[in-house]
Amino acid sequence: MEFLFDGVLAITWQQCVMYAVGGLLIWLAVKKDFEPALLLPMGFGAILVNLPFSGVLTQEVANIGEATGIIQWLFEVGIEASEAMPLLLFIGIGAMIDFGPLLANPKMFLFGAAAQFGIFMAVIVAVLLGFDLVDAASIGIIGAADGPTSILVSQVLKSNYIGPIAVAAYSYMALVPIVQPFAIKLVTTKKERRIRMEYRQTGVSKTARILFPIIVTAIAGLIAPTSVALVGFLMFGNLLRECGVLDKLSETAQNSLANLITLLLGITISFSMKADQFVNVNTLLIMGIGLVAFVFDSIGGVLFAKLLNLIFPKKKINPMVGAAGISAFPMSARVIQKMGLKEDPQNHLLMHAVCANVSGQIASVLAGGMILNLVPKMLG
Amino acid sequence: MEQNLLYALELTGQGMGGIFVGMALIAIVTAILGKLTSKKK
Repeated sequence: MEFLFDGVLAITWQQCVMYAVGGLLIWLAVKKDFEPALLLPMGFGAILVNLPFSGVLTQEVANIGEATGIIQWLFEVGIEASEAMPLLLFIGIGAMIDFGPLLANPKMFLFGAAAQFGIFMAVIVAVLLGFDLVDAASIGIIGAADGPTSILVSQVLKSNYIGPIAVAAYSYMALVPIVQPFAIKLVTTKKERRIRMEYRQTGVSKTARILFPIIVTAIAGLIAPTSVALVGFLMFGNLLRECGVLDKLSETAQNSLANLITLLLGITISFSMKADQFVNVNTLLIMGIGLVAFVFDSIGGVLFAKLLNLIFPKKKINPMVGAAGISAFPMSARVIQKMGLKEDPQNHLLMHAVCANVSGQIASVLAGGMILNLVPKMLG
Repeated sequence: MEQNLLYALELTGQGMGGIFVGMALIAIVTAILGKLTSKKK
C-alpha cells in the first residue's frame, strides 16, 4: 500500500506555493469578481498541473510508455502549435465591439496609440532588471491590457514566462478601476479633470461599417505583416457583426465561441504555471513590471491629450479620456466616466471614453504585431 | 545589458512610431470613408 503515499511524499514546497496561488486566483474570481472567466480556470488549472505526477500533464508511465496529459495536449495544440485559442477568441471579441462611435469620431484613434506607451516603458524596465530582449518584450506586452495578445506574443517569441505574463495581464485588467485613477491623478490637476467635452451623435453608414474592418486589416497588414493574424481575426469577427447577413454566426462568435474558448484558454494556460517555472523571483518582478506598464499606459494617454490641448487650445479634451485608450474594454471607459462625474456631476465623458477605449482594442493588437515584427529583426 | 537597453530604446521609438502611423492612417482613411459614404446617402 506504499504507492498511496507516492503523491504526498513527492509534493515540493514550490508546489504548495502554487496551490496557494491557485486558491488566491479562485478567491479573486469568486469573491472579488476579478476577470472570473479567466482567473477561475487558471486558478483551478494551477492546482491541477502541480499535483505530483499529474495526469493532466504528459507522463512517462513505467512499463507502459508515454501517457498524454489533456492540459499539456491542449497547450501544445491550441497555443504552442498555432496560437489558435487566443486567435479564435479574437473573432468573438471583434463580433462584440461596436466601432460606430469611433467611426463617427476618427481622431480618437490616436488615443489608442498613445495609451500603448506603457508597453515600451515596461520593456525598458524589464531590460534594466536583467531580462533579455525577448522576455522583456513579452513582459512589456502586458501593457497591451489585452490577455489574448499577451499570451500570443509571449508564445510566438517563445518567452520563458508565459504563465506569469498571462496572470499579470488578466490581474491588472481586473484592477483597472484601482490602477487608472491613481495614475491619472498623478499627472492631472482638478481643473483639467473638470474639462467638459461636447458629444454630438452622428450616424455612420452601413457601407462604412462594412468597409472598416477590411481597411483596418489591410493597413495593419501592410505596416506590420505579423499583426495580420491578430488584427485579421479581430476584424473578421467585426465583419460578421456588421455585414448584416450573418447574424447567427455573429451571435455564435459573441457567445458560444467566445465562452468556449475562454473556458479552455484559462485552464490551458495553466500548463505554463508549473511550480518549477512559476515559483521564482522573476514572477514577482513580472507582476511589478506589469503594474508599471498599466500606470504608464494611462500616463501616456493623459499626456497625449494634454499635448493636443496645447496645440489646439480652442477645443479642449479632458485629459482623462486619453487614459481610456487602453484595451481593457469597457472597464476603462467606465472608470473615466465615474471620475468625470466625481469631479463635476454634469461632466459626462462616457462616449468620448468609449471611443478611446475601442481604439485601444485596435492599437493593442497593432502593438502586438509591431513587437512581433521588430524584435526578431533586431536580434537577427 | 547595454546592448539590450539600446534595443529596448530602439523598439520604443520604432514601436510607438509605427503604432501612431498605423492608427493615424486608419483614422484618415476612416474619415475619408465617412465623408464618401455620407455623401452617397
